[in-house]
Order: sequence, then structure tokens, then C-alpha cells
Amino acid sequence: MTLKNSFDPDVAKDRCGAYRRRILEISQQVMALHMAGAYSCTELVDAVYNGFMRRDTDGHSPDTFLISKGHGCMIQYVILEDLGVLSREDLDRYCTVDGQLGCHPDYGVPGIEASTGSLGHGLSMAVGMAYAERIRKTDGQIFAVLSDGELQEGSTWEALMMASSFGLTNLVALIDNNDFQSLGRTSETHPSFYPLAEKFESFGWEVAETDGHDSGAIYEAVSGRTGEKPFALIGTTIKGKGVSYMENVPMWHYRSPNKEEYDQAMRELGGGK
Amino acid sequence: MRNAFSEALYEAALEDERVCIVVADISPAGSMADFQRDHSDRFLNVGVAEQSMIGICAGMALKGLRPFAYTIATFTLYRPFEMVRDDLCYQNLPVTVVGMGAGIVYSTLGGTHHTQEDIAVAGAIPNMQILTPCDPLETREMTRFCALENNGPLYLRLGKAGEPNLTENAVEGFEFGKVRTIRKGSDVCIMAHGAIMSMALEIADELEAGGASVSVVNVHTLKPIDREGIARNLKNHAKVVVIEEHAPIGGLATHAKSIAWDEQAKCDLKVFTLADEFIHCYGSHDELRAAHGLGKDRILGELRNR
Repeated sequence: MTLKNSFDPDVAKDRCGAYRRRILEISQQVMALHMAGAYSCTELVDAVYNGFMRRDTDGHSPDTFLISKGHGCMIQYVILEDLGVLSREDLDRYCTVDGQLGCHPDYGVPGIEASTGSLGHGLSMAVGMAYAERIRKTDGQIFAVLSDGELQEGSTWEALMMASSFGLTNLVALIDNNDFQSLGRTSETHPSFYPLAEKFESFGWEVAETDGHDSGAIYEAVSGRTGEKPFALIGTTIKGKGVSYMENVPMWHYRSPNKEEYDQAMRELGGGK
Repeated sequence: MRNAFSEALYEAALEDERVCIVVADISPAGSMADFQRDHSDRFLNVGVAEQSMIGICAGMALKGLRPFAYTIATFTLYRPFEMVRDDLCYQNLPVTVVGMGAGIVYSTLGGTHHTQEDIAVAGAIPNMQILTPCDPLETREMTRFCALENNGPLYLRLGKAGEPNLTENAVEGFEFGKVRTIRKGSDVCIMAHGAIMSMALEIADELEAGGASVSVVNVHTLKPIDREGIARNLKNHAKVVVIEEHAPIGGLATHAKSIAWDEQAKCDLKVFTLADEFIHCYGSHDELRAAHGLGKDRILGELRNR
């Protein structure tokens, strides 16, 4: 088993552009997609799969990823397609009666390690997985991507408390801190939500904050963790990142672009149309 | 039942290293101290945090372990209901949700500590299975089943400590998913489950003293329900009585009536359950039962007058 340590931020940038374009393509098949939420965590999820998770030559990994913000799973699907775990046909059948992929990830689908979609469940499951790896005496690492919105769930804070109380040094949470939830900017609707890093630290976690779209910074921050505590990366992100008319515009939580919007988005994402 | 559970879990953990227990600041007495001592890494206390208790169990099960979630029934099932539904049942994971003191066992603690509708709540979720032992012996067998054989989510509805053994001389043994005849008769059949089985047996004694031949059938698996076993008893007895420490909605009483209709049963079917209401009184377990529809004398009186 070789550790992937050759993460190249420039390659990651191209890869993330391609992932966004693939999501955009799929957006033309369905009405609802959650694409803005997938765009905001594209670099975070890319860094997990293509940077942090170790993989043998057959593609098997001792490490586990789950997306606690299940509505962002389009990015997971396109990466799993890129890794050959899901097929092109699987993604073409997204949200169709013949397919196996829906708007939230479902355990049992290849590459999906936990069913999520209801917020505030993923971190507890990640804590259980990280604890199980300890009992099983493996060196498996658990990576979970959470939204900032689901940090409002009390269950998330139960899990944060237990992760550090159990001393789970094999657990990494990546927070997609895009400042948006359904009814507005979190910083305006819930000012007491901040500061975030101090809250994690006070719960016994090691924390770093970076630009959540800077692949190099993400890789450096997570790779540089001490390994003495569970680790949280708070990535400052932009909902809808990469497409000008989607960025920080709430309706793109759900909507799919029409043809004209699609062409513009493809151009902005470097698709050359 | 609590002690039998602890003992059986301790033994199961010796046999299978995947067996773990996650408690939420409430621990079973007795052998659980031995479990904690000898398998310290497999005894987890999450504190007063039941939602994460269930989620953590799910994560452990996703990694191949066989965890038990343990606290008072209302906190193990109601508080984290969505975690039970999504994390355990939707993903169909081998986690046993132990509801301690289920029904109205905590008779002085008030409505916040009663679970008189837990079978309806748990039974409505796809993939969920439900077991309700009636005595320490059955608790032991069921705990071993949950730890070593079962492969999906299961709600284990326990009473408290100190119940008598009732099944030592049962006509049939425990088999998951099958009704268990404890005593075989021919005129009347009393169907019950859980700790109220002791009252069911006392009622059977009294009816027999009056000349009736009485079967007592333990419907310990509430999901999947043994439709055939219940139908057989409806067919083979002129009078069938359900005694159940549960609300009238969604428990054995509901099943029995539904099966009786489907089978066009000819027997006289009478059900005794708790009332569909919250309980605002206090006293002994039997006093609360009596105040809410399950008094032994009332049941006997109604049966004798029919």
C-alpha cells in the first residue's frame, strides 16, 4: 500500500474544473441537482479522494470517505466515475428509474460508505467508523465533509464531543463553510454561529482554516495535522463556485441551468463553448 | 431481565469480538462491570447524547462490528428516532437497540419515562425487528440471538430487574419469528409478550381453576409477526385473549385483530391493552396497569362474564 503524496495543486485545479463541467452536463438531464452545494465542496472532496485516501493498485483503500452533507453528492459521484468505481452509464441514469444514483448518497451503491441526506447524521457515523478502526487495530482514516449548516444540528456537537473524548486521531472533518443556507446568509441569520474554529478547539479538536477552493492549501493544512487530536479543516467556500451567476445565489441550491445558462456556465468553467 | 442481558452480552462478547455496547450514561447492572473491565475498548459511554449513540453504532456496524445501543427505552428509541430510522434501518445494519424499562415499568417516573407506544413506533420502520422477552431466561436467549445470529436492526424491549423466570417448563423453546406456546390448553388461548406474561399466567391459573383448559402463547417476536402461528391459535381455541402492556395501536392487539379478519377466524377475540392516553398517575407497576386498562381483576371479570 503506497500513500498518495504526490498531490499536485495545478493538476487538482484542472481536475476540479473537469468535475464541475461533468456535473453541469448531468444538470441537463434533471430538474433538481443541488449543484451549487456540490461546487462549493469540489476542492475539499477532490483533496480527500485524490490526495488523502490511500489506494492500492486495485483501487482498494483502507480509508473511508462519507459526505455528511449528502446533498453535495454530485461531486462524489463524478469523482467515483473518474476513479472507475461508478460507470458513465450510472451517472447518465442519475435520478432515473433505471439508475441507482439519487440526489442523496445511498449505502450499497459502489463507493458509497454511508447513506446521508438528513443533516447531522454523518459525523456520528464517522466517529463510529473511526472507533471501529481502532478496535479492529487498523490504520484506517475516516474523512467526512460537513456543511456549515449542519453544524447547527445538536447531534453534530454530540459527535464532536465524543470524537475528542475517545481520542480519535484517525478522524478528519472538512467543513464546507459557504455561509449559505436555505433562508439566507448564515452570518446574517445566525451571527452567534461564529467564530467557528474556536468552537471546534474548545471541543478538543485541532483546527485549521483555509480557502476551501485552494487545493494546495487544503492539502497542506490536512497533511500538516499533528495527529494528536481529531482534525477539522474549515474551508471558506463559495456556494456555486466557478459559475458567476450561481455564486452566492440561493436558488441554485436546487435549480438546474437552462440551455443558455448551460452554455455560459460551460464557458466559464473552461469548457470552450 | 437487566442482569440476564448483562450476563448474556458478556458471554457473547467472549465468543465474538465484534460484539460491543454503546450506552448513553445508563448502564445495565450486574455483569456489565465485568464487560467493562474485560472488554474496555468495546464498552463505550457517549454520555447523555442518544442521537450520537445511534449514529456511532451505525458507523461501527458499517465497519463490521455488532453493537448494542443501550439506555432507557424512551431515550433509545424516541429521542434518536430519525437516527434509528435512517442510520440503522435504512442502511439495514446489525445493531440492537435495547429499550430498558419499556412499557410502564418506571411507574413513578411519569410520562416522560413511559414507552407505551414503542412497538408501534419501531414496528412501522422497514427492516426493523422487535423482540420482547418475558423473563430472564428468554432475555438471555434473545440477547445471544441479537449478538451472534441476527443480521439487521432489532429493537429489544426489556423490562427491568428482578422478574421471575416463567419459561423453564414451557412447552416450546424460543425460536425467532415464531410464537412460543408456554402452556398448552384447548378452550381459551391467552396471547401476551413481555413482562406482563406473569399476569397472563396468573389469569390462566384462575381460569383453569374455574374449569377451562387454557393455552398461554408468548408472541415474543412482534416483527416479523408470526401470522401463521397466531392464525393457528385463533383457529384452535374458541376464545382468544390478548393481554399487552402497550397502547391499542400498532402492537399485538392490532396484529391479532388484523390476522383474525384475514383468516375469517370464528373465535371470540378479546384484547386488553393500555389505554390510548398519557399516564399522569404514579404508584406501583401493577397499580398503573390497573389504572390504564390492565388490572388483573378487571380482565378476569370481563372474561368470566362472556
